[in-house]
Amino acid sequence: MSRGGKEQPRGMSRRELLRAVGAAGAGFALGAGGTALSTGTLAARPRREIRDGARDQRVPFYGVHQAGIATPQQEHLHFAAFDLTTKSLEDVRELMRAWTEAGARMCAGEPAGEENTSPFMPPEDTGEALGLRPARLTLTFGFGPTLFEKAGEDRFGIKDSRPEALVEIPPMPGDALEEDSCGGDLGVQACADDPQVAFHAVRNLARIARGTAVMRWSQLGFGRTASTSREQSTPRNLMGFKDGTANIKAEDEELMRRYVWVARGDGPAWMENGTYLVARRIRMFIEVWDRVPLTEQERSIGRHKYSGAPIGAEHEFDPVDLEARDENGDPLIPENSHVRLARENEEQRILRRGYSFTDGMDRERGQLDAGLFFICFQRDPRRQFIPLQRRLARNDLLNEYIRHTGSAIFACPPGAHRGGYVGQILLEGA
Amino acid sequence: MRRTLLPLALVALVLAAGCGGRQIVSSEREVTGGETTAETTGGETTALQISSSPELEEAARGYKEYVATQSTLLADRTEEFVDAVLAGDVERAKELYGPARVPWERIEPVAAQLGEYDPRIDAREGDVPDDEWGGFHRIEKALWVRGTTEGQEEYARRLLRDVRNLQGAIEELELRPVDLVTGSVELLNEVSGSKITGEEERYSHTDLYDIWANVQGSEAAFERLKPALEKEDPALVEEVEAGFDEVYAELERYRRGDGWVSYTKLGEEERRRLSQKVDALAEPLSRVGKVLEE
Repeated sequence: MSRGGKEQPRGMSRRELLRAVGAAGAGFALGAGGTALSTGTLAARPRREIRDGARDQRVPFYGVHQAGIATPQQEHLHFAAFDLTTKSLEDVRELMRAWTEAGARMCAGEPAGEENTSPFMPPEDTGEALGLRPARLTLTFGFGPTLFEKAGEDRFGIKDSRPEALVEIPPMPGDALEEDSCGGDLGVQACADDPQVAFHAVRNLARIARGTAVMRWSQLGFGRTASTSREQSTPRNLMGFKDGTANIKAEDEELMRRYVWVARGDGPAWMENGTYLVARRIRMFIEVWDRVPLTEQERSIGRHKYSGAPIGAEHEFDPVDLEARDENGDPLIPENSHVRLARENEEQRILRRGYSFTDGMDRERGQLDAGLFFICFQRDPRRQFIPLQRRLARNDLLNEYIRHTGSAIFACPPGAHRGGYVGQILLEGA
Repeated sequence: MRRTLLPLALVALVLAAGCGGRQIVSSEREVTGGETTAETTGGETTALQISSSPELEEAARGYKEYVATQSTLLADRTEEFVDAVLAGDVERAKELYGPARVPWERIEPVAAQLGEYDPRIDAREGDVPDDEWGGFHRIEKALWVRGTTEGQEEYARRLLRDVRNLQGAIEELELRPVDLVTGSVELLNEVSGSKITGEEERYSHTDLYDIWANVQGSEAAFERLKPALEKEDPALVEEVEAGFDEVYAELERYRRGDGWVSYTKLGEEERRRLSQKVDALAEPLSRVGKVLEE
């Protein structure tokens, strides 16, 4: 029956051939009618040796804290929220185990799974990151409120482990939230200096989750809108202003302890060394903003556009003097400016780690669908993000140019240790 | 380039280097006395032996029977449908349209291997030049858009002829285990690719008949591979079966009487949920190919 020929390719053992065929990049023709698998010209197996300098591009996956929080912020983001479709806690454990394992591999610049040597099965790794640098990929996992309780139901028997700080973000004035850009049982933040590396990570995690969880929403981000390290310069957001000048920097360990990391006694033990992630998809009406005169733009923000200095000051890092007045006795930094409202309460400081985004064109308006995918980390959102955002939502002069269209909160457990997995203490009730 | 004679039903799938996309590359084929002559492109062809076992042989035999039964059912139902069109009975024709297509959708990947049958029977508007366009969807448009059978008589007669010829071709077809593996996944890919958006049955909105049939056809192939797979990977069998259960349970929500609700009744969220369940099934199903390894 096998008239397609049975001969082995010259100079290659069958196993070698299988391996070559299984690897991405090799071409083969499959003669379904015969017993023969015809192979075309065989490309050399792509090798994954790490290039020079790539070692420095790896951020350790394992540690006391999850990576992607205190890590100096990378340039690109792919965020995804998932809903669990399983009813079994064991499946959730299995998923977190598999995600941890694949995540650690990918952050080390390796493919998500073992190399596939079977020509009859799809490769375990999807392949588009082969040959790319690790690009400082980090993966940060979080648990949403609905993991613990959904529609009054204790889905996995872990309701009692829900931290009090893991509250639903209450409605804010001016919210225009779209249900399908909100919430999620699980959140995954992938950050990298190469967008394809970040995309690859989320794609492969979504694939691993299939049958256990489905993607609920996903957001790509380009261009960081904060600096989280003193090594970094302050980037600009899509309004053209420097963003994140006064951000907490990872080097300020005291501030990180005080405002970001959950401490012993804050809540359930499984969250110690973890943190809470709040994400808001903030659409900017940039066409409108672009018609606003410079002075008005600066008054809305409270800073000068080009220098980034507080109004009335000269340099970006000059102290913000909220008391300064102009010749008429009016505050130099207006009452409802973003800067003033954002820093009115020192106890509400957060670690911002947002990204600019665009999802192409808004077909209804014919305008760019673009803005800020705001991400922040904090020790307790009830004392930090929520009161801060409530104040901003009521008064901020910027509200005229923005709409919050998406919202989510996740409890990010501490980092995993080699051999363990992220969320293990919660899911195994240690 | 080397000329290779391969049996009928040749699908040359090529994972093109560097893009990973699947393309059919059998560049020329002619049906001559039950054999297909094909030329594969891409340089010298070499070959690998695929594992063969009594279980796999049995699987191929059993699936062949299934395909034959379905092709007979297709011919019977198409005849009823065509009769209604020829009788000018629009309502009756509309009623019979969805069910007539079900056996087709169950075995489509196999039928699609047999030369021109797929475009003749199942081309959608725009797939082929308008003067060559016939088959189910041409009549579908007349029935639902213009509400008439007028002018469809020739298309109807031709459709019945094609379906009967297909039935004959399938009797002579030899199927190999690998056809079951690729076919079962392809049927689900059909659902994810073009069915879930409602583009397949854009006038009649009978997409749920097609989707249900695709899933059944996929299951039929899987069921026959199961004995071989049980030995190799019982956990995978369990996973796939659970996946089928989930998809069927989801589909059940839309059953009405002997048939299915109009696909327009499904909102974006419902379509997405169905799509994600199909993906959840197709993922483990795509690993079933391991039974072919030696």
